[in-house]
Amino acid sequence: MAAEFTPEEVTYVATLARLQLSEDEVQHYAQQLSAVLGHIDAIRALDLAGVPPTSHSFDLVNVLREDIVEPGVDRDEVLRAAPLAESGRFRVPPILGEAP
Amino acid sequence: MSFLTPGWELTVGLEVHCELQTKTKLFCSCANVFGEEPNTNVCPVCLGLPGSLPVLNRMAVEYAMRIGIALNCRVEPSIFHRKNYFYPDMPKDYQVSQYDAPINVDGFIELPGGTRVGIERAHLEEDTGKTSHMGGGGRIHDADYSLVDYNRAGVPLVEIVSRPDITSPEDARAYVSELRSILVASGASDGRMEEGSLRVDANVSMRRTGTSELGTRCEVKNMNSLRSLGRAIEYEALRQVELLESGDRVVQETRHWNENEGRTSSLRSKEEAFDYRYFPEPDLVALDPEAEWIEAVRKALPQMPSARRAQLGAMVLSTDASLDEHALSDQIATVVDLGLDQLVTASIAEGADGRLALARCANEAATRPDEARALDPTAFCELILLESSGKISATQSKAVLGAMLDNSGTPAEIIARLGFEGVDEDRLGTIVDEIITANPKEWQRFVEGDEKVAQFLFGQVMKQTKGQANGKLVAQAFNARKGS
Amino acid sequence: MSAFEIADAVRTGVISARTVVSRALERIASQEGELHCFNIVTREEALASADAIDAKVSRGEDPGPLAGVPVALKDNLCTRGIPTTCSSKILEGWLPPYDATVVERLRAAGAISVGKTNLDEFAMGSSTENSAFGPTKNPWDHSRVPGGSSGGSAATVAAGYVPLSLGSDTGGSIRQPASFCGVVGVKPTYGLVSRYGLIAFASSLDQIGPFATTVADSALMLESILGHDPRDSTSLDKVPTSIVSALSLGVSGLRVGVISDFLVDADDTVVDAVRGAAVALSSAGAKVDEVAIPELMNGLAAYYLIAPAEASSNLSRYDGVRYGLRVDGPDVASMNARTRALGFGSEVKRRIMLGTYVLSAGYYDAYYTQAQRVRTLVARAFNRAYEQFDVLIGPTTPSVAFGFGQKTEDPLAMYLSDLFTIPSNLAGHPAMSVPFALGEHGLPIGVQVFAPALGEPVMFQVANAIEAAQQERSRGPVGVSESRRS
Ligand SMILES: [Mg+2]
Ligand SMILES: [Zn+2]
Repeated sequence: MAAEFTPEEVTYVATLARLQLSEDEVQHYAQQLSAVLGHIDAIRALDLAGVPPTSHSFDLVNVLREDIVEPGVDRDEVLRAAPLAESGRFRVPPILGEAP
Repeated sequence: MSFLTPGWELTVGLEVHCELQTKTKLFCSCANVFGEEPNTNVCPVCLGLPGSLPVLNRMAVEYAMRIGIALNCRVEPSIFHRKNYFYPDMPKDYQVSQYDAPINVDGFIELPGGTRVGIERAHLEEDTGKTSHMGGGGRIHDADYSLVDYNRAGVPLVEIVSRPDITSPEDARAYVSELRSILVASGASDGRMEEGSLRVDANVSMRRTGTSELGTRCEVKNMNSLRSLGRAIEYEALRQVELLESGDRVVQETRHWNENEGRTSSLRSKEEAFDYRYFPEPDLVALDPEAEWIEAVRKALPQMPSARRAQLGAMVLSTDASLDEHALSDQIATVVDLGLDQLVTASIAEGADGRLALARCANEAATRPDEARALDPTAFCELILLESSGKISATQSKAVLGAMLDNSGTPAEIIARLGFEGVDEDRLGTIVDEIITANPKEWQRFVEGDEKVAQFLFGQVMKQTKGQANGKLVAQAFNARKGS
Repeated sequence: MSAFEIADAVRTGVISARTVVSRALERIASQEGELHCFNIVTREEALASADAIDAKVSRGEDPGPLAGVPVALKDNLCTRGIPTTCSSKILEGWLPPYDATVVERLRAAGAISVGKTNLDEFAMGSSTENSAFGPTKNPWDHSRVPGGSSGGSAATVAAGYVPLSLGSDTGGSIRQPASFCGVVGVKPTYGLVSRYGLIAFASSLDQIGPFATTVADSALMLESILGHDPRDSTSLDKVPTSIVSALSLGVSGLRVGVISDFLVDADDTVVDAVRGAAVALSSAGAKVDEVAIPELMNGLAAYYLIAPAEASSNLSRYDGVRYGLRVDGPDVASMNARTRALGFGSEVKRRIMLGTYVLSAGYYDAYYTQAQRVRTLVARAFNRAYEQFDVLIGPTTPSVAFGFGQKTEDPLAMYLSDLFTIPSNLAGHPAMSVPFALGEHGLPIGVQVFAPALGEPVMFQVANAIEAAQQERSRGPVGVSESRRS
């Protein structure tokens, strides 16, 4: 079965990833991503039962830091980078929904 | 269950987010403090600046283990995941949290009333920043814009997820209250719900009595006191019952508790799918505390409130077998909750009146818990002994305790300074005799059993002693002369 | 002059750091208009640093093993107060408030940064054509790409601007451009070099490494940046500290495996180069055999699931709130979406969408978990081969440098140029590309040397032997004199 990245799926992931796309772009990306997915889709057919997944190359554990305060970054330097700041804080357009 | 229509059963599961009292944040060395100027406790890591990387705070892990052990959980090997969603208070637009391999699993809390509530998990995660909504009504829905402060971003949290074992608003409150005491006792949290260091979300669902399958649940957020937790659950339960009885269905969603309006409302402002795309955080490695570390944490863990309440109750009772433990349970809970049990137990050990020590702690000392915890138990015991032996009156004792909380000296020094003369039994006897002689008619009526005149005679003694006589001893003196 | 020679001359006062740096700046000025290796040249800062080194020398202090050596930094390494863009519009104008660990370490070693080099946007690409600020040209042939994503860093060394530069390698982004530009490029063991301050593409695969004109110079640079860093939780703490000293050990008795699977899909001249290197190693005393490791061929698919997945999450933070570009909108979500639409180029968007897709609820197990299992297989297959061999060799890329525009419209064709480099990233193992021969159109071909985790010493031993047997060059990069290259 050939994998397909449908225009609906492009729209869905673009919404999740906060990317505004035009209708043309949706079609264009659907086509390109289908080609890429078609190539890598073969991976699904591999029988890998019993093979553990690797998320990190090396099994390091318990890498910890002591609970000691160190100076951070100066607020002026931080806010200078902000596209828009007000009273020591980052200003953003209205937020339409509460955090999930 | 009185508030519910018969035939319905309430099921509640609680998610409690608890800020840990570490010195620094979860993944960076910025100070973990409340109430600073906005964006002054930030660094590349907690601002999510490009190129920055997290390093886990050892103390946060230790506090998480303390909480897990105190909640009877198993401490397990764990990993961190990224929970991906966009929100301006989240500097990286993902939250680092524990997902399918949390540090603590499968514990329980025994409530004072005897109910056992299961704990599914207690996992580590990072807090978000804070947004303020400007213009409009200052609320999110009608704001013109918002301002973001990242001081809180990256503060360590332990999220404690209960099993849906809670069946009444009272038990929900009792659960949070008990959990709060445990968290404070473990040293992991300051337990302040109003300041947001303890935040409670409730998953509420209704089902018909006798059915086993749980109903559709709603998650209720934004309760910032035990009182509002109870009210919100009650409101939400009734709302759901009303829907279900009219043939509607409950939509699974997050609802916001509005304290002023006394109701919950839907948070969904528009159709937005949440697909968190959890995956293992590649910038952090696994956490697998050695058995010795877990054991050391277990050993160092102070006694938990339930054990302390039992111990305190037994000690108070041992001083007077006629006492009713049930009647004292509120005082015992208050004293343990505020961490003042040491004062009472130390006093009892020195032979002081247990009921009196408990009352002074639960009523007077409890009004200033921070200062009370700093009191010298020996000095407190001295005070209770002075009061119980009648050297000072109850009123005087309270005044002396107040001065002790102001840190202005030992009981003896304070008594001397305030001029509270000790009214000993000899002097009291002389005064009582004088009053009997001066008021023969009243004395006769007292001997015949007139209760009203007793107040007059006692009042005369108090007048003579400028209120410094011990009421109990005064009564004893008059009664003794009545018989002779 | 090599980095070794420069550092020696500066330390002994034979030449001043200012002179060395001024000459590098002159070379840059003369060719940069044509090549576009840099996003920014930090002329004033470089000269000031050179003066500081010279002052140290005159005070009799140790100016460090890289004293006065001009270096270039890939523009995804954070440099305090100096623009760091990842060649993306979304970060244009951003000034990091901190230095990457490698930047601190290079400075401590006495190296002098002359600027930030061009790359494929957020290191996503194999040609440097995905830069928002225009492509870099291959110094050997200006109609061809330098490879990528570290194209600017490879080209700046190939062009003779500087003897050393830093790149980052997630799926071949150091080794592939090194091969295309005829220079040495090293991807160290994952965790050997701190990633703190490297702007993440795919965190579990990214590693910083050097470009140099010689194997010895690359070892010198690697030695000065490697080692444990408490700011990177994935940083290894028990690591080889001496790599330079391994160079002279020779290859006598070493067992070298030639990965036969990689010879199937490579161009003839590339295959010839690998076989030539094998013969050279054999004559130098190594025991050389072919070895089939078919599992490695599944690496590409796993990589194009794992890397975009991690990238989609790593790049979420570019949302217009705290730094960089903002395109305003009526609400915060549309502001985010507009900012990212304008700020990211199409390759970055493609990978974010692909990564979002593979992590989303319905596909996670089928794609992402499966790719992680393939990752396990790749590492196991390598380790099995290392039971028989001390090192492995193979081609770095299937072909020599390709022309501009040749693969831009076909993402898949572009992705295939990483086929031989990706497996090392998946396994976390080291690998490096050493220029060995000239192929089609007289363009350079690199031979790739693979070693097990933390096997850098033996990898450099073999790389040094391959370099010593380097085939005669009929020509070099355009405009670079012979003396600069040798
Ligand atoms: Mg949570
Ligand atoms: Zn911080």
